[in-house]
Amino acid sequence: MAGANGVGKTSLLRMVCGLAPIESGQILWNGKSIHAQPDAYREDLCYLGHLNALQESLTVNQNLAFTTALAGNAPDPVQIREVLAHFGVRGRGEQLVRHLSQGQKRRVALSRLALSQARLWVLDEPFVAMDEAGVRMLANLIASHLGQGGLAVLTSHQQVDIGTMPPQMLELRA
Amino acid sequence: MKKLGMLSVMAAVLRREVSVALRQKGEVLTPLVFFVVVASLFPLGVGPESALLLRMAPGVLWVSALLAAMLSLQRLFATDYTDGSLEQMALSSTPLGLLVVGKALSHFLLSGLPLVLMAPVLGLQFGLEGRSLGILMLTLLLGTPTLSLIGSIGAALTLGVRGAGVLLSLLILPLYIPVLIFGAGAVEADAAGLGFGGHLSLLAALLVLSAFFAPLATKTALRISLE
Repeated sequence: MAGANGVGKTSLLRMVCGLAPIESGQILWNGKSIHAQPDAYREDLCYLGHLNALQESLTVNQNLAFTTALAGNAPDPVQIREVLAHFGVRGRGEQLVRHLSQGQKRRVALSRLALSQARLWVLDEPFVAMDEAGVRMLANLIASHLGQGGLAVLTSHQQVDIGTMPPQMLELRA
Repeated sequence: MKKLGMLSVMAAVLRREVSVALRQKGEVLTPLVFFVVVASLFPLGVGPESALLLRMAPGVLWVSALLAAMLSLQRLFATDYTDGSLEQMALSSTPLGLLVVGKALSHFLLSGLPLVLMAPVLGLQFGLEGRSLGILMLTLLLGTPTLSLIGSIGAALTLGVRGAGVLLSLLILPLYIPVLIFGAGAVEADAAGLGFGGHLSLLAALLVLSAFFAPLATKTALRISLE
């Protein structure tokens, strides 16, 4: 999803998540309105907004264990360690989030995707604040998610090649 | 990956709050210190007349405890709101109301329970005796969870509002009044030989009532704040 600043990309994504109210129209998931089946829909949904949703006073591991639990899954320390290594923040698990750099925080936040079992990913500007290697890794992650039959809705100002299949572009205009 | 039950997710919220509190000990101690200071200032202010102090004790201790518990309410959801964790909680497949119960429970454990344990020490300053101290603790033990539950509604309603502290106290103080009346009244009723069972039953009723309705109201308020 593309569009100029302030045109409403984030608002639309928040509507897709069911966080913001819809004035007209409806959003369907498996043929039923998301508002008619909120719990089932949220089980299939992983949302990553502008905010990293990391509690600064806790360690990286504690944060990821908590978000995994929120998604209804039992956290697995081994898997968390592997995912962190994959995301280029190896060995930071026991560090407090407030001691990480902006880019590292973003990487930790994004690692939630690899831990999630959700079929629908809603990502708000996931490529922002990432270096080139990070962008490539994230693109691969999204590609493999799509390859496994998943869905991803994302906003971005840069063209990123996600490979596998041609994405559908929606351009918002004021 | 193994699936977690809803109660385990609620326990995860509770565990997280406790871990955060352990990292920020100062914030946990603030209400307790406030409670001790306010309750200790009263005897200095009104003079050492023991009959007067004894009569005032339950009321003073209850009012101090109530204000102390309110002190930490504002932060209940504030950091989660600014760092985005609250959004994630709202998008969890576990009902938000249950997560709110976990939050309120953590507020009771971290702010309310220390007050309950400290109360007898302060009660001694006022010359309360064993039986009265026991009743005081019992009323606080039944009352402070209610304060946390009702307080969570106020904390949710004032999220992201400027000057939230004042607004929060204006919103929830009226709702705290019944708890205060029955809490402080129990010790006096017992001293007058009237029995304190009725007061305790009413406090328990308030707790049950707020345990049912407060999470629903808080959940709705949080969703509105997040829109």
